[in-house]
Amino acid sequence: MRGFVRNRVVRRVASTVGTLFGVAVLVFVMLRAIPGDQITAGLGTEAAGLTPAQLQALERYYGLDQPLVTQFFTWLGNLFTGNLGYSARNQQSVLELTLHSLPVTVELAVLSIVLALLIGVPLGTLAASRAGSPRDAAGQIVSLAGLSIPSFLLATTLLSVLSASFGFNPNGRAFATPAEDPLLNLQQMILPALVLGFGIAAPILRTTRAAVLEVRSEDFVRTARAKGVPERRLQVRHVLGNALVPIVTMTGLQFGYLLGGAVVVEQIFSVPGIGRQVLLGIQQKEYAVVQSTVLVIALAFVLVNLLTDALYRIVDPRVRAS
Amino acid sequence: MTALARRSPAGVAGVVVLVLLAVVAVLSYLGLLPYDPVAQHPASRFLGPSGAHLFGTDQFGRDVFSRVAAGVGNSALIAVVAVAFATVVGTLGGLVAGFYRGFADGAIGGVTNVLFAFPPLLLALSLASVLARDWFTVAVAIAIVYVPIFIRVTRGPVLSLREIEYVKAAVATGQSRFQIMVRHVLPNIASIVVIQVALSLSWAVLTEASLSFLGLGTPPPAPSLGSMIFEARSLVFVAPWTLIAPGAVVVLLVVGLNLLGDGLRDTLDPRNRGRH
Repeated sequence: MRGFVRNRVVRRVASTVGTLFGVAVLVFVMLRAIPGDQITAGLGTEAAGLTPAQLQALERYYGLDQPLVTQFFTWLGNLFTGNLGYSARNQQSVLELTLHSLPVTVELAVLSIVLALLIGVPLGTLAASRAGSPRDAAGQIVSLAGLSIPSFLLATTLLSVLSASFGFNPNGRAFATPAEDPLLNLQQMILPALVLGFGIAAPILRTTRAAVLEVRSEDFVRTARAKGVPERRLQVRHVLGNALVPIVTMTGLQFGYLLGGAVVVEQIFSVPGIGRQVLLGIQQKEYAVVQSTVLVIALAFVLVNLLTDALYRIVDPRVRAS
Repeated sequence: MTALARRSPAGVAGVVVLVLLAVVAVLSYLGLLPYDPVAQHPASRFLGPSGAHLFGTDQFGRDVFSRVAAGVGNSALIAVVAVAFATVVGTLGGLVAGFYRGFADGAIGGVTNVLFAFPPLLLALSLASVLARDWFTVAVAIAIVYVPIFIRVTRGPVLSLREIEYVKAAVATGQSRFQIMVRHVLPNIASIVVIQVALSLSWAVLTEASLSFLGLGTPPPAPSLGSMIFEARSLVFVAPWTLIAPGAVVVLLVVGLNLLGDGLRDTLDPRNRGRH
């Protein structure tokens, strides 16, 4: 039995490593597909002034004269030593940039998830409490709105209305980390987190509703009710407690999506997160930044999914047993 | 369709919305819009909605209704092409992986895992940024993101269908694997695929709009709902219609697709049969 478990863990880890290698290959190949090569793309119009000899020297300097396979493994080897490349634009290494931007995105993602859970779980439970009733219909409308209103539309509208009508525009000021100015940081985070949270609340609401409906029809709920368990305790402890498994999975999944999916909202609210780092890299044609940052995000995404999986095993004893 | 009407009035509402928007899109393809969506008329900037300009005009005097209509046509084209590609490739992949198992399953599963290792919008964004920018490459970028979703939703059912008696019987009668896949397996996963198509179309429209909002979608001056919203963000108080019109239409389009997708799920998904 233990050997079997260990074997499964080993297999899972092996498959994750394989996936990450595939991710590295894809990111590498993708960046090679850029029209024009990296040097001329980075220099823009100045590239026209280069002599062939200068171009060759630059290629040798960046290792671009090496075979592709060599370039790939050099890049991969550098990553393992923490060398993610250098951003000439920012005069900073990509590692430094990432160490600043990743925590920002994680904070934003956590806040968004908290807001989404605060909206989605109660509304989903309420909707399920009387399926087909007006309150169920209201829940459906909220989730439809969350799924259908693009985050950039909501963000743009909120930002312009609040700043023009109420003069509330904390995102117009320089970004503050929680350590520098916790109050300003919270003000700057609240709108983006609301926009993202509203979008994520929809799948969480739907999952909660479906899970609660399913659990409620189980025999143990009927038994508990027959036993005389008070209704409130029954709903919270017996029903919601057992409906948690799919909710946890959905939450983990959405958290992972936010690591890269927050890019539009980060851009609109000038939140210097990791999504924005990718976008700036693309706009400034700093492909080394894009390449390494995308890889970091994919790595974080895979890890979050692994953790969700582990958490799901903890929440649901049945999965552990089988 | 009649089953949809019986089981899901919301689904029918989705169909009505989509038909209306499809008419607008077709008008734009046929060049039957009231104005040229890209022609600038500096004399008639920021005109409010009126009989002549249903949704008013923008900062270059372009007719917002015509631009929104062309934007719908553009979004629909990209979403349909992207999802069609993802459906064909993904379903085929799922069929082969689930039915042949072994090496094919391993290889397809590996590719799926790699594509799933990216947050979807980030993958679309990175792909769109490295490809040359026109509507087709945007469609390709979105398609690549959705291929693994189709692989995953079809592979599972194919795996279980493989073990069902009539499929085993077909194997026993000596039909070729290809025949069995086409005749016995494909029809049984068709409903799952149809539901996924409707839901994926709504994501594809949102993704395309997000990309063009970020300036990575269809290049200007071609009208796109996302880039129209981007341009309108600073004009909200000068000419609110430049934001409201494309915003309302993109929401309507996605709502229509979501309603249709949910309606189809209620109607076609075997797990929901007999519940209503």
